[in-house]
Amino acid sequence: MTVAHAQALVPGLQMIEVTPEEDAEALGRLALWCLRYAPIVAPDPPDGVLVDIAGAAHLHGGEAALLRDLVRRLRRTGLDAKVAVADTAGAAWAMACYGPQGVVPPGATAPAISELPLEALRLPRETVESLRAAGFERIGEIVEKPKGPFIRRFGPELVRRLDQALGREPDPIEPLFPADTPTRRRAFAEPIGAPEVLERVTADLVRDLCRDLEARGEGARRLDLVFRRVDNLRQGVRIATARPSRDPRHLLRLFGERLGLVDPGFGIEEAVLMASVVEPFAHTQIVGRHVAEEDAEADVGELVDRVAVRLAANAPYRLTPVESRMPERSVRKAPPLGAVTTAAWPARLPRPPLLVDPPEPIVALNSDQPPKMFTWRGKRRGVAKADGPERIHGEWWTCDDEMFLVRDYYRVETEAGERFWLFRDAPAAQGGRWFLHGVFA
Amino acid sequence: MAHAGRGLLLADLRQRIERIEGGARRRGSTLPFGVRAIDRRLPAGGLALGCLHEFAGASAAFEHAAAPISFTAGLLARLKGPVLWCVKRRDLFAPGLTAAGLKPERVIYAETFRDADVLPLMEEGLRSPGLAGVVAEASQMSFDASRRLQLAAEASGVTAFVVRRWKAASDAALARPTAAVTRWRIASLPSTELTAPGIGRARWSVELLRCRGAEPSAWIMEACDETGRLAVPADLADRPLQTPQRRAGAG
Repeated sequence: MTVAHAQALVPGLQMIEVTPEEDAEALGRLALWCLRYAPIVAPDPPDGVLVDIAGAAHLHGGEAALLRDLVRRLRRTGLDAKVAVADTAGAAWAMACYGPQGVVPPGATAPAISELPLEALRLPRETVESLRAAGFERIGEIVEKPKGPFIRRFGPELVRRLDQALGREPDPIEPLFPADTPTRRRAFAEPIGAPEVLERVTADLVRDLCRDLEARGEGARRLDLVFRRVDNLRQGVRIATARPSRDPRHLLRLFGERLGLVDPGFGIEEAVLMASVVEPFAHTQIVGRHVAEEDAEADVGELVDRVAVRLAANAPYRLTPVESRMPERSVRKAPPLGAVTTAAWPARLPRPPLLVDPPEPIVALNSDQPPKMFTWRGKRRGVAKADGPERIHGEWWTCDDEMFLVRDYYRVETEAGERFWLFRDAPAAQGGRWFLHGVFA
Repeated sequence: MAHAGRGLLLADLRQRIERIEGGARRRGSTLPFGVRAIDRRLPAGGLALGCLHEFAGASAAFEHAAAPISFTAGLLARLKGPVLWCVKRRDLFAPGLTAAGLKPERVIYAETFRDADVLPLMEEGLRSPGLAGVVAEASQMSFDASRRLQLAAEASGVTAFVVRRWKAASDAALARPTAAVTRWRIASLPSTELTAPGIGRARWSVELLRCRGAEPSAWIMEACDETGRLAVPADLADRPLQTPQRRAGAG
């Protein structure tokens, strides 16, 4: 419809000139922002971004967590996004635009996209219309069919897109690299593929890049290594460190295991190493042997990096005290390298080394005194001694349910010498029941 | 005369065996318990650092895992430096470790939920020389795995503590030997009697099941205080519980 027609239909209509160059530039900037998730990103005009997260999902706690984080951050800037993760770019695009968004498990691409309409294959409109006229609606209906008649009737594009979506044909993306990052690249006359050669190449690149970083006075927090294969597909490996580092030995060790996941295909033609996140790194003095504190901190940083790479999903953590009397809430996870808080748990109150979370109910007589006998996990135990009570009131400012919660904790010792931490969740007159919350040594 | 000659011969033999076994371990890096009854029975005069030690509870039951964990925390409390603790289940309560002397800012926790991941993670931790120790809770440990851990600990000087927590009662986790330098079993005992009703200082039965270069022994000790130190119970001070020593060559 014309602009005049639209303005007549809706009074007060806002008109904005379409500016395709600015939109493309903005899409490019969005793609560069997505570099925080993975080393290989490419804008997919008109309004999409392709991100190859192979080998980088572990830094965000897995693929599902990565998607959630991405959607949340985009929403904060005012953008609504449809996201999906799949084995191939074609399948991911199809699932994001036309299908249920989310993570498609590896290997389950074919059943996932078979329910989607034919537009999801990125075909030109005439092809889709002629397929519709021939009676095909869903991708699943053409997956099984022999290819010859399709190529003859609808052209090679259909079969090529289908193969790309199912992973049978390569679908290379042209990645964007940000300007002004320390980069080192190396191209090979003969394509390489052997793991030892990859390691040697990585070692050389890391060493050269660390020298560049030293000249700039910076340390790397994140390194991206992108291999370009003979068929133009790119494989990326990403490592991150907790502290800026330019120690080639440490960085190479972090790359060590991840390099084994690189699939060289028919050979790798070029390797590019980028320090995508750098931070200023002061020159350290060599400290004397007697100053042991500095060395210990440096080691912990490197250990945390190595453990994080190995564990993938769960990062290492420290536990810090929380100002809360409820035992379940008195402990909180904290980043492993960080400032030490001044909060501390109350010193004189007994606390068990093992906590049973959630507290398990025990069978005991309901009375105000600690029980003389109780049954826990099917075993009957007689109580010889008891200590307590330690009264803990619920924190109504944290949790509404705890408005009237009053727990009386007792330390009891059985005849055999085992010591347990029991509590009664209300005075006996109000029907308080006994629970076991922990085991003392 | 013959007695002195035999003593010299034995000392010479001991030196040769130590050289063969790999004297790479630095002399003097031990952690004495501070209790003469225990230190006297250990060849290094205390817990040898830079090696692998195993700790087990009285049985596979959940409640019997608290004592070896507290014992280990007490040992680590008296070492200097950060500690890596590889947990497999989410039941460790940090205030309880602080009660044994292990401050929370020293410990870094790494969670793995599979047995197969725990020991390689421990080996990774043993390669950082700045740590005081690495603790792991493992149910299975083959001889080869323990040998690798022992070699890694010797190379870096970081002590490895493995707390054996096995699941099924029939698992007989301690039946197979490992390359650990010492193997301990810690069990809870009734606490010290008080004149008023209440629980006195907790007591443990500390058994040295296996030790390289020494005899198995057992003691009854008072549990570690907030600095991680054990103590001899007052009423047993005159008669510490020991297995009878064999005459030839011990001590």
